[in-house]
Amino acid sequence: MTDHQEQAVIAVKDLAIYFGRGEHQVKAVDQVSFAIPPRQSFGLVGESGSGKSTILRALAGLDHVDQGQLLLDGEPLQIKRTKAFYKKVQMVFQDPYASLHPRHTVDKILAEPLAIHGFKDIEQRIIKVMDQVALPHKFRFRYPHQLSGGQRQRVAIARALILEPEILLLDEPTSALDVSIQAEVLNLLNRLRAELSLTYVLVSHDLAVVSYMCERVAVMQQGKLVELLQVDQDGKTYPKQAYTKQLNLASQGYDRARIEQFIDHD
Amino acid sequence: MTEFKAWLLAENPDSRAQATLGRSYLAWLRFYRNPLAMIGLVIVVALILMALFAPYIAPYGMTSGLTGNELALQRFQPPSAAHWFGTDGQANDVFSRIVIGSRITLLIVAIVIFTAPILGFVIGTVSGYFGGWVDGVLMRLTDIFLAFPKLVLALALAAAMGRGLESAIFAIAVTSWPAYARLARAETLTIRNTDYLAAAKLQGASHWRLITGHIMPLCLSSLIVRVTLDMAGIILTAAGLGFLGLGAQPPIPEWGAMIAEGRDYILSYWWLATFPGLAIFTVALGFNLLGDGLRDVLDPKSGA
Amino acid sequence: MVNQATKAPLLAVNNLNIRFPSVHGAVHAVRDVSFTMGREKVAIVGESGSGKSQTGRAILGLSPGQVSADSLIFDGIDLQRLSSKAYREIRGKRISMVMQDPKYSLNPVMSIGKQMIEACQIQMKVSKKQALARCMQMLEAVRIRQPQRVFKAYPHEVSGGMGQRIMIAMMLLSSPDLLIADEPTSALDVTVQLQILAIMDDLVQDTGMGLILISHDLPLVASFCDRILVMYAGRIVEELDASKLDQAQHPYTRGLLSCLPSHATKGQPLATLERQDSWLDEALENRGLRV
Repeated sequence: MTDHQEQAVIAVKDLAIYFGRGEHQVKAVDQVSFAIPPRQSFGLVGESGSGKSTILRALAGLDHVDQGQLLLDGEPLQIKRTKAFYKKVQMVFQDPYASLHPRHTVDKILAEPLAIHGFKDIEQRIIKVMDQVALPHKFRFRYPHQLSGGQRQRVAIARALILEPEILLLDEPTSALDVSIQAEVLNLLNRLRAELSLTYVLVSHDLAVVSYMCERVAVMQQGKLVELLQVDQDGKTYPKQAYTKQLNLASQGYDRARIEQFIDHD
Repeated sequence: MTEFKAWLLAENPDSRAQATLGRSYLAWLRFYRNPLAMIGLVIVVALILMALFAPYIAPYGMTSGLTGNELALQRFQPPSAAHWFGTDGQANDVFSRIVIGSRITLLIVAIVIFTAPILGFVIGTVSGYFGGWVDGVLMRLTDIFLAFPKLVLALALAAAMGRGLESAIFAIAVTSWPAYARLARAETLTIRNTDYLAAAKLQGASHWRLITGHIMPLCLSSLIVRVTLDMAGIILTAAGLGFLGLGAQPPIPEWGAMIAEGRDYILSYWWLATFPGLAIFTVALGFNLLGDGLRDVLDPKSGA
Repeated sequence: MVNQATKAPLLAVNNLNIRFPSVHGAVHAVRDVSFTMGREKVAIVGESGSGKSQTGRAILGLSPGQVSADSLIFDGIDLQRLSSKAYREIRGKRISMVMQDPKYSLNPVMSIGKQMIEACQIQMKVSKKQALARCMQMLEAVRIRQPQRVFKAYPHEVSGGMGQRIMIAMMLLSSPDLLIADEPTSALDVTVQLQILAIMDDLVQDTGMGLILISHDLPLVASFCDRILVMYAGRIVEELDASKLDQAQHPYTRGLLSCLPSHATKGQPLATLERQDSWLDEALENRGLRV
């Protein structure tokens, strides 16, 4: 681990994030630490309320940090993120129906980051990124409501890639999509990672998706990091903690006898 | 023409302009199918044309300039071929006065449109976007202005600035912007936490860019609808102020003031108050119908 | 798992069609759907826009589209001939529906207990005391451990899983003969999801009601239901026993299974679904058909 931390592109140290005040205070993230080496695909998996998305949003600067540190290339991140940070780290959101501005065309959505960062060759870059995500050029001047869910998520990925970042934060990028579309988007993400040497932080509730996509997986439960798993070459993980084992079993489908042994969360 | 339509409705536009025009055309098609909205549009366009070409439409001047015997003969003429809406106590042609008066109505509308909603819109979006103490300060300010009764403020302004159209318009503008600020703030709050705004933030967009490029375009449609619907109320308020003698002063042919003049003769010379009243009614109705139609077309929830 | 459909069909749907008029011409959301079922667990599986939800709604007489069918028979009753009053009698009492998100099905300003008692009194025309007893019994049946506490709570005070249990309890108050569950668990965490399914499973076993489970999750329903109807673009493209899912014939069904990450080899791309126009039998009248 120490080895990892020295060269880690992203390191999270004793991170704690609270929501609410007084007796209603919730520890959304509770003393979580991990480090991600360059070009790794790192998964954060857990059920709703486990704090996995909160960590991702904190990394992006969308949520506050109460305690602990977030480091990018060994440098602590300031509360106010710089333009250089956004050029290096980009995010893809869960719901492609909600993450694209309803009144902006694909062209405008892709051109905006370039305008913000003062790029000159806007035309070439838009064409290039649309090719990268395999989005036909004829969609360039369409509005989001004229696109299917999978096409929208390709636009969202293109938007994240157009600044040529090194790190992509992926917040459940396929959970709003049909399984056949999910397969296309996951394949796209894998191909892009190989082509562009990207580092991924992938948040998902689906153990199968994370095991397929990632080399290392952090299992979260109620704000705590329960277990860090290595995914072997066959996509298998060997959990030791009871919670992870249960999650693993549950994702294998319905088995009446097994369900009796589940620990209740309600 | 059919080619042009096909170009507008193209599924895969070739340029930003084509995409924008195509969307506007679809909105127009929806608007066009709504007969009531079209009636409203026709009324409002007619008002604008009437105001623009008032000197050419009005058969007589704003005042007759008659005195003595001529005045006595020509005053209080009932509607006839020569004077469609009759003449008033100064022998002025009522129809001409209404036509010329449309300029005043339109002036009030225009000044109010370009002050109150814009001020309210900026304050509301900024307040909603930043939240925190900015929101607190701006919204308390809004509350203070919201607490002014329109007529009482107009009375006070009339006392301070003198009676006249200016103080009436000023009073209307000062008392109507808070409603737009509230509306814009409420809309902004629903947008503030959306993923697409978070995505834009993550591109490094400045506050200015987020407010003007992302939030304002989405709040604009409901603002336009609200302003159009409020226009009727604003015209009525202006007329009410004119009627109370606080707005436009005679001989300016403001419609409310004309009704006030005709009030004394309502039983003997019915046309004096009736025709300006009908004019106010028609224009207010026109703006209301137009506003309703626009709401259907511009509703941000309808997606397109 | 005896296929009882042949004995006494609880529900027989024959050539159900649903169309939605639109500016671009009618959208044919459900095409010639036919199936019969008994007191068993049947799954209708498909992707978004496949018409699976609309099929469920049409059985309840709640489809907003234009519904036509050769016959729509529930336990000997011709549903198409029912007056809207008679339909209301059947709906809720003999056929119930559980929706995806309990948040939208419960009244937020009324305590859960009050809503349950009200529903119970309307459906069963019993005294308040009897209704209370029945509600408690159902809350226990869906394995809520402290029914008293839940009874007093308001909808926003319970978790998603708890909310869905409450909805199921409410839908089962009048012991319906048929329960239509439209994605009842897809908003829930995987363990909670299975627990909810277990509750429905037990109720089917104990009360002998029929269950139509509408879902997008083929492997999950295969492990849970008796029979599966696979829908694609408004049609049933394949009907098979759940236990024989691995012997599915239709390329669409097979495609749905092979594109799952759990069936993939790490490092190899996932299989993607190549949609064939021939699956439609006729050309789709509208692209991007979403229901």
